[in-house]
Amino acid sequence: MKYIIGVIQPDRLDEVLKRLTDEEIHLVTVSNVVGRGRQKGVAEVYRSHKEQGSLLKKVKLEIAVNEAFVEKTVKAITDGAQSGQIGDGKIFVLDLQECIRIRTGERGGDAIG
Amino acid sequence: MMEMTNESVVRRDTTRMAKLLVGGLVIVLGVTGSTLAAEGVPSTAVASAQAKVDTGDTAWVLVSAALVMLMTPGLAFFYGGLVRRKNMLSVLMQCLMILCLISLQWVALGYSLSFAPGNAFIGGLKWLFLHGVGLEPNADYAATIPHEVFMMFQMMFAVITPALIIGAFAERMKFSALCVFMLLWATFVYDPVAHWVWGVGGFLRQWGALDFAGGTVVHINAGMTALAAALVLGRRQGYPDGMSPPHNLPFAVLGAALLWFGWFGFNAGSALGANGLAGSAFTVTHIAAAAAGVTWALLDWLKHKKPTTLGMITGVVAGLVSITPASGFVTPMGAIWIGLGAGAIPWVAVTYIKGALGYDDTLDAFGVHGIGGIWGAIATGLFATKSVNPAGADGLLYGNPLLFWIQIKTVFITVVWSLVLGFVLLKIVDVFMGLRVSEHEERVGLDLTLHREAAYTVID
Repeated sequence: MKYIIGVIQPDRLDEVLKRLTDEEIHLVTVSNVVGRGRQKGVAEVYRSHKEQGSLLKKVKLEIAVNEAFVEKTVKAITDGAQSGQIGDGKIFVLDLQECIRIRTGERGGDAIG
Repeated sequence: MMEMTNESVVRRDTTRMAKLLVGGLVIVLGVTGSTLAAEGVPSTAVASAQAKVDTGDTAWVLVSAALVMLMTPGLAFFYGGLVRRKNMLSVLMQCLMILCLISLQWVALGYSLSFAPGNAFIGGLKWLFLHGVGLEPNADYAATIPHEVFMMFQMMFAVITPALIIGAFAERMKFSALCVFMLLWATFVYDPVAHWVWGVGGFLRQWGALDFAGGTVVHINAGMTALAAALVLGRRQGYPDGMSPPHNLPFAVLGAALLWFGWFGFNAGSALGANGLAGSAFTVTHIAAAAAGVTWALLDWLKHKKPTTLGMITGVVAGLVSITPASGFVTPMGAIWIGLGAGAIPWVAVTYIKGALGYDDTLDAFGVHGIGGIWGAIATGLFATKSVNPAGADGLLYGNPLLFWIQIKTVFITVVWSLVLGFVLLKIVDVFMGLRVSEHEERVGLDLTLHREAAYTVID
């Protein structure tokens, strides 16, 4: 089992979710986050005072999958979020030790999805 | 340990405030009791009042007083939206507590010091605790509405004026010090200036200075003390580069809209009757606000490539500020020019002068109300015309340089008065109780450290 974390541009969320659904990957947790990388943000102007915030808005996806779905998931996120510009985001793939479905108490691969 | 220290500071502050309040209450009750016992209430007042009171005029001024009251909560949201999340409640609390405190101050002595018969500089003590302020009209101020209604209308002005100053020291002033300072400021700065300009015998009124709805009394007065406050309290930690943006601009827009709405009561209500002059003031008020909103947005568009929402509403407020002294004396065309100036001059102050001088006038109380108020008072000397209001005067553009000169002198006197006296009062309060919260409190935010509350929950 793997735990996949994708950090993407907020405006790409709909496209990524659509591609995940097409691959029958339904389990996903989405959060609004702020962070920074190499991308430079847009300065905001308040009464002529420029605020060059160093933290940019991103969307974070968290998806737990069985091994067979890892590449499909990575591809769905990449295809949906890629624009070729700096700031498209990152995908992290982590080993997942355990997964428990609270309703039934099922464990492991059966509990995912 | 930190927590313990905070608690004890809060407790010490609270105890001191409680003592002050109890002391004040004892004095209040003692004085009212003795005056009532000594003179009693004239029993014929009510009967004769009903003969002279005009119901239309009274209805309009009552509604206007309520409109002006709404401006203080409106200002609270205008200012509150512009601060950081952690200080939202502190701003709302400051504005609403000023509404409570100054209302009582006005009843106890503010109204008398401002409007009771006195000398050229200050009103007398005859109307302390509203003694003799009844339902019978006072012909010196408003011959067709109950005296008490005039007093209430004026009370709302006395309330919003100190609340405007908050903008200069938002996010860093101690609440206890604020309460004491505002009571002192209302008594020693606002009430005298209100008397000079509007009170019978007031010297600026004698000179013929024109201030229809409070450009001098309210806006220059508050704006200059705001500058003093920004200088005395100093910058916030991290200013100017480490500050977060306004936490809720929609609140600021809502607040500006409430101010705009309330300002019809402020200016048109200052006609003190439901008449043509009220209609004229209503019209020019709206026109100036619109012209200034467009101007500020355009200047932002030119300089920063985008028209900003905050810029537009700031322009609207600056326009309302600037038309205030002129609202009973100028034509719609005059209002457009005043609005254009109100969009441009405070914009320059906020864009260039504020940065160059480096003071932290957090929400631009000086930039908008001080500068806008000065422009409005001077513009009244330019654009006023007797064709709008025969009781007024002609301005420079209508061939009367004297009025222009009187307006300049009035501005100068008020600027010096509220800057210097505001500075001195702040220093006095600083010596006795300290003006500024601790560094820790400033970092954590005033909502939690001064009020033990949070404006927003993170989890439902």
